[in-house]
Amino acid sequence: MSDEKEQFEPKIIAYVCNWCTYLGADLAGTNRLEYPANVRIVRLPCTGRIDFNLMVKAFEAGADSVLVSGCHPGDCHYTTGNFHARRRWILFRSLLDTMGIDVDRIHFTWISAAEGKKWQEVVTDITESTRKLGPYTAYQRVCGES
Amino acid sequence: MAKIGVFTCWCGENIAQNVDVQHVAAEIAKLPNVHCSIEYKYMCSEPGQAMIREKIAAEKLTGMVIASCSPHMHLNTFRKAAKNAGLNPYQVEMANIREHCSWVHRNREEATLKAVDLVKMAVAKVRKNQELVPIDIPVTKRVLVVGGGVAGIQAALDIADAGYEVVMVEREPSIGGRMAGLSETFPTLDCSQCILTPRMVDIGQHPNITLHTYSEVAKVEGFIGNFKASILKKARYVDVNTCTGCGTCWNSCPSKKTPSEFDFGLGTRTAIYVPFPQAVPAKPVIDQNACIKLTKGKCGVCMKKCQANAIDFDDKDALVEEEVGAVIVATGFKLFQIGKEQDLEGQSGYGEYGYDKYPDVIDSLQFERLASASGPTNGEIRRPSDGKVPKNIVFISCVGSRDNAKGVPYCSKVCCMYTAKHTMLYKHKVHDGVAHVFYMDIRAGGKNYEEFVRRAIEQDGAQYHRGRVSKITEKHGTLIVRGVDTLAGLPLTIEADMVVLASAIKPTNGAQELAQKLNVGYDNYGFLSESHPKLRPVETASAGVFVCGACQGPKDIPESVAQASAAAAKTLVIFSKEELTRDPEIAKVNEKVCAGCFTCQRVCAFNAIEQVDIRSPNGKLIKRIARVNPGLCMGCGTCVAVCPSKSVDLSGTTEQQVYSMVKSLT
Repeated sequence: MSDEKEQFEPKIIAYVCNWCTYLGADLAGTNRLEYPANVRIVRLPCTGRIDFNLMVKAFEAGADSVLVSGCHPGDCHYTTGNFHARRRWILFRSLLDTMGIDVDRIHFTWISAAEGKKWQEVVTDITESTRKLGPYTAYQRVCGES
Repeated sequence: MAKIGVFTCWCGENIAQNVDVQHVAAEIAKLPNVHCSIEYKYMCSEPGQAMIREKIAAEKLTGMVIASCSPHMHLNTFRKAAKNAGLNPYQVEMANIREHCSWVHRNREEATLKAVDLVKMAVAKVRKNQELVPIDIPVTKRVLVVGGGVAGIQAALDIADAGYEVVMVEREPSIGGRMAGLSETFPTLDCSQCILTPRMVDIGQHPNITLHTYSEVAKVEGFIGNFKASILKKARYVDVNTCTGCGTCWNSCPSKKTPSEFDFGLGTRTAIYVPFPQAVPAKPVIDQNACIKLTKGKCGVCMKKCQANAIDFDDKDALVEEEVGAVIVATGFKLFQIGKEQDLEGQSGYGEYGYDKYPDVIDSLQFERLASASGPTNGEIRRPSDGKVPKNIVFISCVGSRDNAKGVPYCSKVCCMYTAKHTMLYKHKVHDGVAHVFYMDIRAGGKNYEEFVRRAIEQDGAQYHRGRVSKITEKHGTLIVRGVDTLAGLPLTIEADMVVLASAIKPTNGAQELAQKLNVGYDNYGFLSESHPKLRPVETASAGVFVCGACQGPKDIPESVAQASAAAAKTLVIFSKEELTRDPEIAKVNEKVCAGCFTCQRVCAFNAIEQVDIRSPNGKLIKRIARVNPGLCMGCGTCVAVCPSKSVDLSGTTEQQVYSMVKSLT
């Protein structure tokens, strides 16, 4: 018990699209698939909406990890939004890296409305990996107090 | 000053079991702007909603948060409740503490903490919510139907009979599509033309229908309720208004050797022709590649003979503009090109069946023409090579269908049924003949379908062999069909006089190009995509554009007709109102700061961004900026993310709302 009490509980902010991943997370609920309670979902219409600023805002708010998740390629409710998200992610990954932001704390994945199980696994994995990384105190050193 | 009401639901035990609802309500009550924080067993129940309505009215709430289930479940329920109590429905937010919390976290303490966070986020968001009003856009109550086959005809007649104008575009000289060429239809064996041609005549005579045959859709612009279509009317060289359809021209045309498209090359036609006698319109066209006058400059017999002076050799292609409020795509199918279509390695599919080599190996649509009373043999089954009546005939199903290697992986759905029909038609015409069928499975799902196949086998003696054919060769005018009977476990060779290949159904040529013009998706095979396979089967990703018939997937006639009527019903829904109401949760450009880079325009999948000139009162161009067309914007927010000056924002999920949500977690 003492171990569990000392266990670091990371704060994870998930930006998810309304049509696939949000519904995937809903399905995880309907199927009662248990996962760590560390994730806080922000529902956006589409991953195409997610920009660089949202990443930074999440870390400013004290997130230890950020998850971006949308529809699988080809399944976007808005036809191409997730492709834009993917391109942006490829670009910003190196930009964030150059800025000194720990890119291991940013996760990008596709979860469909049918993949409740995958949502459970992704959130569990990210929580575990973030626990290992520890609190993201370095962000304050890089970017200063917000 | 915002007055926010927060209503936390127990959902019976569903939420309350793992989340301390009372604690959540108490914690949220401490937040600024939260005017009241109430928990209740079932918020979605009528007493729950009544309580919400009362609170909104009594406390004059300006916003509300429902902490309960997924917004996909009940957001509309609570928005309606808010609206009934006088609160703008877009001032309602939900915190999902059931699917995303109580159902997935067993630790009550952690779940309660998370629930508090989720409600806090929703409160932070609703503080920044704005009152939104649904957008009204005017509707042009006319529909464009692309394709004049049985699906297009059904949709057009349904809508025209409801009193609205229909513009029908058909690529061929006559409407009728594939069904007009069929002999008899399963499972009733009623004559295809007998049931279709009266409907074709109805189209031609209907006061509400404008028919453009020998025409194609060149361009479609606009959005639901407000489309502008450019229709290319190909040069017909015959004035349909003065032509009486008497037939003197085609009876006197000296160019007689063009293979008939309608008979799939089994017969010939003249250069000036109507595709078939019951064509609508029954007015001919001149094939400019076959006409001696148009190719060599002399002849003109038809012009000399025409009493009505309807022939005009100077006719040119013309563009016609039509304004419509909805589009129905019913472009239908073609058959898999046996021996021609190549796979990724450049291998052509089913060359071993000798379809191009042996004249007596034909495809199923050609057999339909042979069996049709109006066909090239007047309904007698005769071999194309020498006109003999075949005494042994082999039907091969799944040629191209269900074949990843050489064809397409899907089932073409109708081949089992029409092959059974073909064996019956054959037997009814050639009593001493034997019909063999090579099949993989018999798929006869449908009303009276299985009974029909049993009749073919049991009453009409069709010989069904479960197995594939590996090769067809010819010996002294007889086709040697080598295959296998997998039920007997033996190779099987049949000497046949004729072979009919039931080749796979594919979307018609040009369907993808049309889909691109309409912003409609299509699958790997080119079938147009519906917006939901179960619940929105005729709608597409493009609002106001509907699909029906075989352009959406292989289908038989009853299904095509049912889907066409569904598309018509959906169109009539749009036409039932003077103005369309669109969700106001769409992008909006701040025109003061927009620098006019139009990055947003480049990423928009819906062509919803327009360039607008801002001019001074004396007409001088000040700047060019982006503006969102509310009729087209679907509210994905991709433009928001790419805008370098942050001049676009998404109503309902504004940057400030998202930032506030994230910040509330600090």
